[in-house]
Amino acid sequence: MKKQDRTTFSRRNFMKTSALAGGGILIGFNFFSSCKEAVAPPVDVSKLNFQDFNAFIKIAENGYVTIFSPNPEIGQGVKTSMPMIIAEELDVPWNHVTVEQGALDTKNFTRQVAGGSQSIRFGWDALRQTGATAKLMLMTAAANKWGVDVSACKASNGIITNSKGEELTYGDVVNDAATLEVPEDVSLKSPEDYNIIGKDAINVDMDKIIRGVPLFGLDYKVDGMKYVCVCRPPAFGQKIKSFDGTAAKLVNGVTEVIQFGDKVAVLADNTWAAMKGKQAVKVEWVTDSKPENTALHNEALFEVLDGKGLETRREDGNIKNAFEEADKIIERTYEAPFLPHNCMEPMNFYANVTEDKIHLVGPIQTPERTAQYVAKLLNRNADDIHLEMTRMGGGFGRRLYGDFVVEAAEISNITKQPIKVIYSREDDMTAGTYRPASKYRIKASIKDGEITGYHLIEAAVNGNMWNAIANYFPAGAIDNYKVETGNFSSNISTGAWRAPYTNFLAFAEQSFFDELALTLEKDPIQLRLDLLKKVPDQNDPEKYSSKRMTQVIKLAAEKSNWGKTDSDTFQGFASYFSHNTHVAEVVDITMNNGMPKLEKVTVAVDCGIVVNPTGAKNQIEGGVLDGIGHAMFGDFSFENGTPQDSNFNTYQLIRMKDTPIVETHFVDSNISPTGLGEPGLPPAGGALANAIKAATGQRILQQPFINSLKQRKTDIQA
Amino acid sequence: MAIFNLNVNGKKVTVDVDADTPLLWVLRDELNLMGTKFGCGIASCGSCTVHLNGMAMRSCVTPVSSAESVEITTIEGLGEEKLHPVQEAWKELDVPQCGYCQAGQIMTATSFLKQNPNPSTEEIRNAMNGNLCRCASYNRIEKAVALAAKKMS
Repeated sequence: MKKQDRTTFSRRNFMKTSALAGGGILIGFNFFSSCKEAVAPPVDVSKLNFQDFNAFIKIAENGYVTIFSPNPEIGQGVKTSMPMIIAEELDVPWNHVTVEQGALDTKNFTRQVAGGSQSIRFGWDALRQTGATAKLMLMTAAANKWGVDVSACKASNGIITNSKGEELTYGDVVNDAATLEVPEDVSLKSPEDYNIIGKDAINVDMDKIIRGVPLFGLDYKVDGMKYVCVCRPPAFGQKIKSFDGTAAKLVNGVTEVIQFGDKVAVLADNTWAAMKGKQAVKVEWVTDSKPENTALHNEALFEVLDGKGLETRREDGNIKNAFEEADKIIERTYEAPFLPHNCMEPMNFYANVTEDKIHLVGPIQTPERTAQYVAKLLNRNADDIHLEMTRMGGGFGRRLYGDFVVEAAEISNITKQPIKVIYSREDDMTAGTYRPASKYRIKASIKDGEITGYHLIEAAVNGNMWNAIANYFPAGAIDNYKVETGNFSSNISTGAWRAPYTNFLAFAEQSFFDELALTLEKDPIQLRLDLLKKVPDQNDPEKYSSKRMTQVIKLAAEKSNWGKTDSDTFQGFASYFSHNTHVAEVVDITMNNGMPKLEKVTVAVDCGIVVNPTGAKNQIEGGVLDGIGHAMFGDFSFENGTPQDSNFNTYQLIRMKDTPIVETHFVDSNISPTGLGEPGLPPAGGALANAIKAATGQRILQQPFINSLKQRKTDIQA
Repeated sequence: MAIFNLNVNGKKVTVDVDADTPLLWVLRDELNLMGTKFGCGIASCGSCTVHLNGMAMRSCVTPVSSAESVEITTIEGLGEEKLHPVQEAWKELDVPQCGYCQAGQIMTATSFLKQNPNPSTEEIRNAMNGNLCRCASYNRIEKAVALAAKKMS
């Protein structure tokens, strides 16, 4: 077996083992920080404390392995893929492994967050080293038993063998291994020797999901718990003046109606009573700050595009000269609305605040940060908080914000009882942290058939783009280049939404390059490839790479039969780098009764090593369809600070009839893996818009596309 | 409050709730059957789909008072002993992402396949269009319904 990657940091400092009371070994490890000298993993797995270790592996006397996976599962598949990495190096059969969600360690956790497609990227090294170290300890225990050197032993599929052909299972030696020192010097497998990584593994919670076993936050329940619905200000910019809970208290099952901050909580014996009680509360709201309209946002964002309060993110060469000397200048403005997250599981959280502890249970992407908020709000020690994570019915960025956890803690603190806050769909959609409404103005200069200058201005409600993004394509490919950003400060709460910063930027940029290609009379894919030739490769597996981007573009072109489809099919192309992963997409459409029918999306992805192909494809399929759905239909506006949609009867999400088939191809790679929860989304809208242009000649500049498409159809019919 | 006699997953149960309580909350809060999910409360997303006499219905808008004297089947009752072929297909194709909507998807699919055991792609797409999946696992749902039909034939 080929070995690679000598480990770089001391195992003794991040891994500890102990013999379990009932037999077997418990290995505690920490992804990043070292464990304190004095601590040892518990000898009883029911007492896992996650204080010094953020993950645990239990190997039982029968050789079966339980992995307590630390990262929150929001549907991105890490509860399956992260344990696969451990099992690979540990060399156990995957069907001997079970996976459980670890609880939160608020004290020492470095990254117990789901977001930004980063779980796999951060866990890769530590997970492999932990598995390899455990395997070496088991092999050493076997070697000691046989009186041979460990180098004469091999281990595979949970069985250790020696040169005489003798065999011991991991279970046979697990108790001896528990008494050994943690070795310092461990080798990792070479990717060509992988047996688990790179093979399809079904979602570890599959049976529970398809049988309807309680898993999610909304399913969590304790005896005597009160169900709570909350009246929140109906418009941004409002606060409470007074409330009358008399009628609400008359609703059967309602037990209490209380004010907390600018909100009113209705506590009840069941969800339905809490919902009815909420309807019966009379609240007088007053204006606190200026109520905003979508028209106002549009006006303010155009002022930003025209130069108000801009900040330069990157500037190369001299765009002023480039535009002065140009043969031709192209300028376009792209617009997108706010978007709510609309996780299928509405926000909810359980809290029980008592004098000695604070128990919090539910779906949250940022347990650590949220626990700190709660501690601060209630003026309590962070040690008092025990936060348990449930499976999450989607996240998309909404569950990065712990506002609903804080609400639950506050209500329990006031009413001194265990409660669960439940958002209705209307609550969920109208009390959001929205993808900011934003606009881009992109301008390019052309001289002698070359793009000589590129100027992008971003205007976003409350801001959007951050540093590194200005360094991605087409930075480096165009000599005179400038990116500026500005924002309009709003009282509407905005935040991360799947593929934050780039979910709309990618559409604008990739639509613009399609337009440049048509102007230059070049093939849109060839134009990108030509431009990428000018960008030096950074040769860093986590950074934007012109080489890897070129590869995915070529792969997408090949697999989609780019330019070779029948005359009824129209194609559009886009490529984008986000969250450390390179993606290129080709959308195929046909026209049906004046509207586009999406047939197929061909996707090429470079995320390095693909840990779990079925899970990885699932992420890409979902990301692409999500990107297409929101580009086509996503629309969310405000009048007098009030969201104009509040449920799925008027707010349109993509449904099955609107979906194309997504065909995913991964670049074969031995580079460390990067995440997949987000990168499939950004190119999708641009690729679709470019296909619509090819089919109809209509250049779509605004999301949602459906408005422009309907307008076109009406115009044609007229 | 009033007493309602229900037949859920082949068992007779009695609940004491307000007559306007949606079946969804009776299942979840009173009977601890958590597999049926709350998504929108207005029959627009399909997360709460159950079978009433074998027909897929939205439990979030079905008052408990109208659910007496019908056979109610929830996801928990679908494959109690052995997985239903639809559940098997879901597993085989690794359909779920977050998983929250999947019970509703499966309930819609099983009822649909009972009425149309040999559906075309078009028919599958029409039948499943009422069930939202925010993770957009639609490609796999579509394939799983087709696979289940094959398994059941």
